[in-house]
Amino acid sequence: MLSRALRTSRPVGLRSNAFSRVALSKRTVTTDAASAHADKDAVPQEDDKPFQVQLSDESFETYELDPPAYTLDTTKRELKQMYIDMVSTRRMEMAADRLYKEKKIRGFCHLSTGQEAVATGIEHSLTKEDDIITAYRCHGFAYMRGASVKSIIGELLGRREGVSYGKGGSMHMFTKGFYGGNGIVGAQVPVGAGLAFAHQYNGNKNTTVALYGDGASNQGQVFEAFNMAKLWKLPILFGCENNKYGMGTAANRSSASTEYYKRGQYIPGLKVNGMDVLAVKAAVAYGKAFTAAGHGPMVIEYVTYRYGGHSMSDPGTTYRTREEIQRMRSTQDPIAGLKQKLIEWNVTTEDELKSMDKDARASVDAEVKEAEAMLPPDATPQILFEDIYVRGSEPQFMRGRVPEENYYY
Amino acid sequence: MPLIARIYRRGITSSRPLINNVFNIQTSCLYSTLPPNARLNIPTDYSTTPLLAHNSQSALQNPELSPEVRNGTTKRMNLFQSINDALSISLAEDDSVILFGEDVAFGGVFRCSMKLAENYGSERVFNTPLSEQGIVGFAIGAAAEGMKAVAEIQFADYVYPAFDQLVNEAAKFRYRDGAEGRHVGGLTVRMPCGGVGHGALYHSQSPESLFTHIPGLRVIMPRSPIQAKGLLLSAIASGDPCVFMEPKVLYRAAVEQVPTASYTLPLSKAEILKEGKDLTIISYGHPLYICSAAIEKAEKDFGISIELIDLRTVYPWDKECVLKSVQKTGRCLVVHESMVNAGIGAEVAASIQEDKETFLRLEAPVMRVAGWSIHMGLLFERFNIPDVARVYDKIKQAVEY
Repeated sequence: MLSRALRTSRPVGLRSNAFSRVALSKRTVTTDAASAHADKDAVPQEDDKPFQVQLSDESFETYELDPPAYTLDTTKRELKQMYIDMVSTRRMEMAADRLYKEKKIRGFCHLSTGQEAVATGIEHSLTKEDDIITAYRCHGFAYMRGASVKSIIGELLGRREGVSYGKGGSMHMFTKGFYGGNGIVGAQVPVGAGLAFAHQYNGNKNTTVALYGDGASNQGQVFEAFNMAKLWKLPILFGCENNKYGMGTAANRSSASTEYYKRGQYIPGLKVNGMDVLAVKAAVAYGKAFTAAGHGPMVIEYVTYRYGGHSMSDPGTTYRTREEIQRMRSTQDPIAGLKQKLIEWNVTTEDELKSMDKDARASVDAEVKEAEAMLPPDATPQILFEDIYVRGSEPQFMRGRVPEENYYY
Repeated sequence: MPLIARIYRRGITSSRPLINNVFNIQTSCLYSTLPPNARLNIPTDYSTTPLLAHNSQSALQNPELSPEVRNGTTKRMNLFQSINDALSISLAEDDSVILFGEDVAFGGVFRCSMKLAENYGSERVFNTPLSEQGIVGFAIGAAAEGMKAVAEIQFADYVYPAFDQLVNEAAKFRYRDGAEGRHVGGLTVRMPCGGVGHGALYHSQSPESLFTHIPGLRVIMPRSPIQAKGLLLSAIASGDPCVFMEPKVLYRAAVEQVPTASYTLPLSKAEILKEGKDLTIISYGHPLYICSAAIEKAEKDFGISIELIDLRTVYPWDKECVLKSVQKTGRCLVVHESMVNAGIGAEVAASIQEDKETFLRLEAPVMRVAGWSIHMGLLFERFNIPDVARVYDKIKQAVEY
């Protein structure tokens, strides 16, 4: 009986029906990617002239926090850029998928297909002086922070021209304002607290976005970081990318509370439609202003969905139904959602969209091709043994497999 | 058994207040059951040991010090005061230095950060929650932004939750970052380690060899106040993340004249404390005092001369110095307090036999005196930690081999 109860996918038992009805009647965050509204007659002709978009009133839920405005100031240029960014990210992830299946990328590879709106929306609300640190599903973030497609794919292929010299591969890529790419579940969260502290100490008005998944949200060190951040009012936006599954375990089977935006307890929380890039941008911009005003940290939960498995070795269909994936793909897709709005609001024409699509894909494909043409790094010990200690202050030698392979600096 | 019961009783019926009893290291506790006719295992007399500079002149003679420092003054300090001095200097010299840990703002349980919060401000010297993993992760983040983050883990025994952060985040940072060239060299994690005679399971461990397995970290253990000050300042200045382990038994016991100026001592460089030609003893931290006492007796009894080397940085360690010495003496003994299995001794011994020239010169197997492969049971600490008799006995075995 007990085990059957545990296996049920519903988070609450029958006896709590009264409560669940209350919960159902409560407004929940939508994952509709095309839920924003704008008066198409109010959309200006000019690319750079600001106008306002009305977000769905199901875009946010808050905890101990006044909700952000349900409007977003934007421009046609920005909307188009967001679209191009998401299309490029997806194209890049698809290239990684192909190269992995061709056995050119080896090891671990976690793709963010379906979650593009999170990385894109966050980037569009930050400056390059702000910091992002995330877990292993990091390709999209590295790209949005400014790493080229070539350097990311090169990294995945282990090439010297990769963004981290090809030494990290999929899970570990760094670029300016981006501190990884961290393979250990949850470990980046306290590191993010330290990044935020340094900004606070140096008097910078920067925000740090520290991301983790719904699986990592149960790690002890996440709570250690919450406590320190609130205690010292650090300018940090903790971000739980809730894609419903921590590896192969549904959120409600791993977390005693799946209200991840409330898990900061004493930290205000904001749950946001993570499939709508506009809502993500509005939420993070609001959070950035909140931290800049000295209010301390905020926990933002991005409700999103990954189309693929956890990693390349996971088909992603054993713990969820194909129908669920299909429904999300066909009805809640962040790229299709924005595309629909761009046309609806007369931001662009179908023809222009087509050429944007084509250009973005062609540019990604060209860079992927360049990356594929990169030669493997020279098989020299110098490359293998560099960057362990400060250059010039290394020990006399580092060990190889046998004494003859020892590397003398 | 009655003997052991007596140690225990004497340990806890001291008239000092409880807080002092826990943190005040009294060497008498270690040797409270000294037999009246003991010849070897007598307490270390820190006021006469040749390992400490008992006067200003001997402190300033150190050739590793710069001429300006050698022309300066000295002050009598114990180990925690010299650590405090080093921290104070680095806070004064560099605005990017921050110091934090559990109870650090109040001076720390071992008094190492006394008055630093008052002098340098609570935004630079502050208490953290009791969350070791968070402390080290937080320190790594701050260091990644270019700050010099000096984190204190209250006891080395508490560092294990932060092990992942040190191994996976700190040690690999530069290697992972690649083209951006960022690193966490500003990170220094200080932690008191080692037995005091009554710390038992969770207050007496010496986990240095867990960190010496990790390329990218520098693991340092000083033997004296002079060394502690110079090495700690080097560790803070170093571009690599450092694990700085302080033998807590020496915090109050080891007192010497320490140069008052700011100075650094080289990392990853061993020091020959005493030259000799028949046997080399390699050690670091507190057991050096035990070795020194054993050497004094053994030289007299066997008519030999023994070389004593302090590794100081246990990883990456100074192989060159060790190999050269063993090539000269042909016999070698490694002494450390932590467990014998997979310890520093294993690494040193393996490196010696791996080096062809040194191997051919060996006249006896490389021997180890270390903690047994057991946990630090309360009543058994003094049986576990190497003592003079055990070192003396191994010297005898090596010489008679």
